[in-house]
Amino acid sequence: MTIKPPVEDFATDWDHTDERWVQDPYPIWEDLRSRCPVAHTDRYGGGWFPATHAGVSAVANDTENFTSRTVVIGNGRPEEDALPAPIGVAPPITSDPPFHQIARRLILPAFAPGPVNALEPRIRELCVGLLDQMKGQEVVNGGMDYAQYIPAAVISRMLGFPEKDDDIFREFVHIVLEGVDHPREERIEEFAPIEEYFTAQIQDHQERPRDDLTSYLLNVEVGGEKLAIEHVFGTMLLVLVAGIDTTWSAIGASLLHLATHPDDLERLVNEPELMPFAIEEFLRFYAPVTMARLVKHDMDYLGVPMKEYDWILLGFPAANRDPAVFKDADKFIIDRLENRHLAFGLGIHRCAGSNLARLELRVAIEEFIKRYPRFEVADRRAVTFAQGQVRGPRNLPFRVLA
Amino acid sequence: MKVVIDAERCQGHGRCFSLAPGIFEFDDLGNGVVIGDGTLTDETIELARLAQSNCPEHAISIEESA
Repeated sequence: MTIKPPVEDFATDWDHTDERWVQDPYPIWEDLRSRCPVAHTDRYGGGWFPATHAGVSAVANDTENFTSRTVVIGNGRPEEDALPAPIGVAPPITSDPPFHQIARRLILPAFAPGPVNALEPRIRELCVGLLDQMKGQEVVNGGMDYAQYIPAAVISRMLGFPEKDDDIFREFVHIVLEGVDHPREERIEEFAPIEEYFTAQIQDHQERPRDDLTSYLLNVEVGGEKLAIEHVFGTMLLVLVAGIDTTWSAIGASLLHLATHPDDLERLVNEPELMPFAIEEFLRFYAPVTMARLVKHDMDYLGVPMKEYDWILLGFPAANRDPAVFKDADKFIIDRLENRHLAFGLGIHRCAGSNLARLELRVAIEEFIKRYPRFEVADRRAVTFAQGQVRGPRNLPFRVLA
Repeated sequence: MKVVIDAERCQGHGRCFSLAPGIFEFDDLGNGVVIGDGTLTDETIELARLAQSNCPEHAISIEESA
């Protein structure tokens, strides 16, 4: 990893991998909202960060002036690695209209409430099983031994990968997560085992089709034709990349909140009817995901001079704390009734897995607080946040209280 | 009074049919759809307003009927 100079002013030199941004970005964003409100950086080849709800919404809804061709900020200008059109690396998140709609319509039925809600008993069983394994421990790890396992197992089952491969699959998640800022050459090498495993799974599913997402993608037809293998592969990769650390982060951040706010924990234990509102407030307050766009052409936009291929980092978590839209935006209100948060994005790229994420989050919290109605953080210094565009606590040592 | 979903704006966040399942349902893609003709009663108006105030896309409107 290259050593980067420290950020002096986030308004003119922001860096989402700066340690202060990673550990506690909220004061930074509040400051930016009050004085920019679109921050600039020369890092990563140049980019902008709108800190307000209005700015984030404008860009998210504007596919004329911004492209989703690359949604994760990398080192250097993006035009250097031209991406295959129109499919992109991981359709539909990396697709633009009109191809986007075709790719998205393909996967939406699999993530619609009907099939997703049918997974609830299996997810609950999974959570209970994980809690059973923690039995007898005074300090349990709500991150590494609980939050992490839930989405990894759910996504792996959904793709139709065998349970015996869960450890291999979790290793892939780490490869995806921890190498975000590795050089391109290194990255290709790191992804080789994932490519090899997926290719073997695709082949196995071609030979023995089953009732799972991989078989669905292999057999679904658009205009009388099956999908290109790159498209199948890309969507499988998307589900792996987007479906795991995001939900892991949301579950972890919610449990961390409850561990540090005993009043909210007590209310949630005693008033389960608050759960639907609590879930949305967890998502608003601790939204884990920021997504990038690329500027399509030179233009003045949101009052700043944007250049072709500049990055835009869409701070959904920042928009969620904009006092112009949310009353008492900086307060966590467990029974907040009006909550138009953007944790799952906005516009045509709304997180396709949001129904599944909400289900996992709800069941994970329900089962955890049922087993442990009182718990606190055992070691505050051990709680660290992951760097990157998915922010959440990874390691969560909780002391179980009587 | 009637509740309406603008299908052009709806992106399937699913907030309406989760909060007010008696008023909204979902289609095959997971987008929100109004059940029946969307006529609201004194009992359902508050729930419809709750759903409206939670739609991130501002896709729900409540029309005062003539």
